[in-house]
Amino acid sequence: MIELIAYILLGIGPACALIGAMGIVRFPDVYNRIHANTVVVVGGAILTMIGAGILGGLNIFTIKAIVIATFLFLTSPVSAHAIARAAHRSGVKLWRRSVVDKLKEEKS
Amino acid sequence: MILIGVLIAIFGACIICAIRAVLGPTAPDRVVAVDAIVALMTASLVLLGIYYNSSIYLDVALVYAFLAFLGTLAIAKYLEGRGLET
Repeated sequence: MIELIAYILLGIGPACALIGAMGIVRFPDVYNRIHANTVVVVGGAILTMIGAGILGGLNIFTIKAIVIATFLFLTSPVSAHAIARAAHRSGVKLWRRSVVDKLKEEKS
Repeated sequence: MILIGVLIAIFGACIICAIRAVLGPTAPDRVVAVDAIVALMTASLVLLGIYYNSSIYLDVALVYAFLAFLGTLAIAKYLEGRGLET
């Protein structure tokens, strides 16, 4: 039963990684690429780690893999927010078809 | 055997991300692409640890994820260009 869950997670993980990598290449500006980065980290890396951790039954590898996955899950939004704020403050333009920029309205 | 297939798919995703890291027009584009590559490399280290049945790979993966997080925050503060105080 637990091996079936592991195989399902190991199937979803690389598919999410490939889809998110294509999104990073094809999206038009930085703020959309951060969205694709979240797909790579949460869908690709964390699901693959948990699937590999529970593949051989529950042992010490499972606990270590879940610790690393929790760390990535907590630190990925922080770094994404820092990069987005740095990009906006250093003057990176939005895509020309973006409709709203609340941070610019806030500052002016 | 399934772990080798998953590793090959993850390396393919890394190569696709490296395209954006090479030709991204601004610096935050490259940072986002390298951040995705680091997360996928952490996952591949965990997969190698399970495959070789060796526990040292998982410790290396934990330290690697931590240092990559600190490096991303430092690069973000540098791009902001206002010093490290605020």
